[in-house]
Amino acid sequence: MAFLDRTARSLLLGELVSGLSLTLRYFFKQKATINYPYERGPISPRFKGEHALRRYANGEERCIACKLCEAICPAQAITIEAEPREDGSRRTTRYDIDMTKCIYCGLCEEACPVDAIVEGPNFEFATETREELMYNKDKLLANGDRWEPELARRLELDAPYR
Amino acid sequence: MYDFFHNTNLGIVLLTFIEALALLVPLLIGVAYLTYAERKVLAAMQLRKGPNVVGPFGLLQPFADALKMLMKETIIPTGSNRLLFLMGPMLTFMLAMLAWAVIPVNDGWAIADINVGILYLFAISSLGVYGIIIAGWASNSKYAFLGAMRSAAQMVSYEVSMGFVLVTVLLCVGSLNLTDIVRALKTIWFCIPLFPMFIIFFISTLAETNRAPFDLPEGESEIVAGFFVEYSSMSFALFFLGEYANMILMSALTTILFLGGWLAPFNVAPFTWVPGVVWFVLKICFVLFCFLWVRATFPRYRYDQLMRLGWKVFLPFSLIWLVLTAGALMAFGWLPNV
Repeated sequence: MAFLDRTARSLLLGELVSGLSLTLRYFFKQKATINYPYERGPISPRFKGEHALRRYANGEERCIACKLCEAICPAQAITIEAEPREDGSRRTTRYDIDMTKCIYCGLCEEACPVDAIVEGPNFEFATETREELMYNKDKLLANGDRWEPELARRLELDAPYR
Repeated sequence: MYDFFHNTNLGIVLLTFIEALALLVPLLIGVAYLTYAERKVLAAMQLRKGPNVVGPFGLLQPFADALKMLMKETIIPTGSNRLLFLMGPMLTFMLAMLAWAVIPVNDGWAIADINVGILYLFAISSLGVYGIIIAGWASNSKYAFLGAMRSAAQMVSYEVSMGFVLVTVLLCVGSLNLTDIVRALKTIWFCIPLFPMFIIFFISTLAETNRAPFDLPEGESEIVAGFFVEYSSMSFALFFLGEYANMILMSALTTILFLGGWLAPFNVAPFTWVPGVVWFVLKICFVLFCFLWVRATFPRYRYDQLMRLGWKVFLPFSLIWLVLTAGALMAFGWLPNV
């Protein structure tokens, strides 16, 4: 009986038909593709993208050159030099991040006592030359100015979990 | 004008030439869009979108591909046999085009309405193996050679059961003329009374055209690309075109034998207003969709399974069905008048 059952099933192509019906159902389903340059997937507030140096609302840069980020950076991608400014406050004279070394772990952001260095939502900073990925202070501050509204919003959203 | 085209030698040659162009140009455009349809259908069944960047809905994608292919360099491997290496793809392409001469796209619309149409088709499609063997041998590459061997064995084995299916249909029709076969389908499409044969024929055409799940000759995971490993540029494109033209040809044959060719599905007013060519093309599209659908669904057969299916399942089954059909035709006196 089992033999007959098996033979009848294979002759009637039951499994093939069920497979075909499955693919046909998928044919009419909503597609999962996101049409990338035109559509984007959602990004978490904790997303670790391109770095930025933030400023206070009055335009003063936040970074106090404590070098905690430089110390904690596991890839040693950050280089900081500092000396006192004319008004006596301690500020960086050089703040470089080698983006080709950076592993985007976010430890610099964690270490920063004044929320100066942050990793923003931007992940589209591909360049045509390697040199362009050696970010200096100007570039990082410019990034901060460009992304500030978004950065502030992300910090606020993530604050309850810190 | 009529006199010139039908009674002078030059006129007849010209007329044939025009007819051939009128068939082959749409056919090649069809091939181009079949590649597009394949990518779209596969994408849709895998929850993707498929090509949608070149032109509206990606409709210009096939032309972009063709352009790219034309720009590439034709590489002829040092160890290869130059003449045969270039002959292989040309032969495949030519045979794929040649077979279309007898296909009636509408009542009486065949370039050569000959009385041995089916035999002609069968002969041409058997010759198709040569292109592949030549290509595989002339490439002087192990992969290409293995692919060619597989392909040849596969095409030969499935042709046998396909032959029996054809004989069954011929028994019911009583003619080898493709136009007559379609006319015989007026009462009922053969996909209903000969349903098992229809399925066998469809599966055999999959194997015959080296399509998934029988695409062993070009099994990417085992022998890279099979018999056209060494081909590039236009010589590859010719293989590609030939293969897809063969797919369309086999769908056309399925349509003619089982799905009523150019006939409307119901012989009533709104359906009969649509010209026969449109029905023919629609039916071909349906069969081609099934080709792609099957490709999206089933994994590839193993080589011994393929041979087992061909020789130990299809061959006896079609043979038995042939004898049954012949017996039924005799017993009930349904034999067509010849």
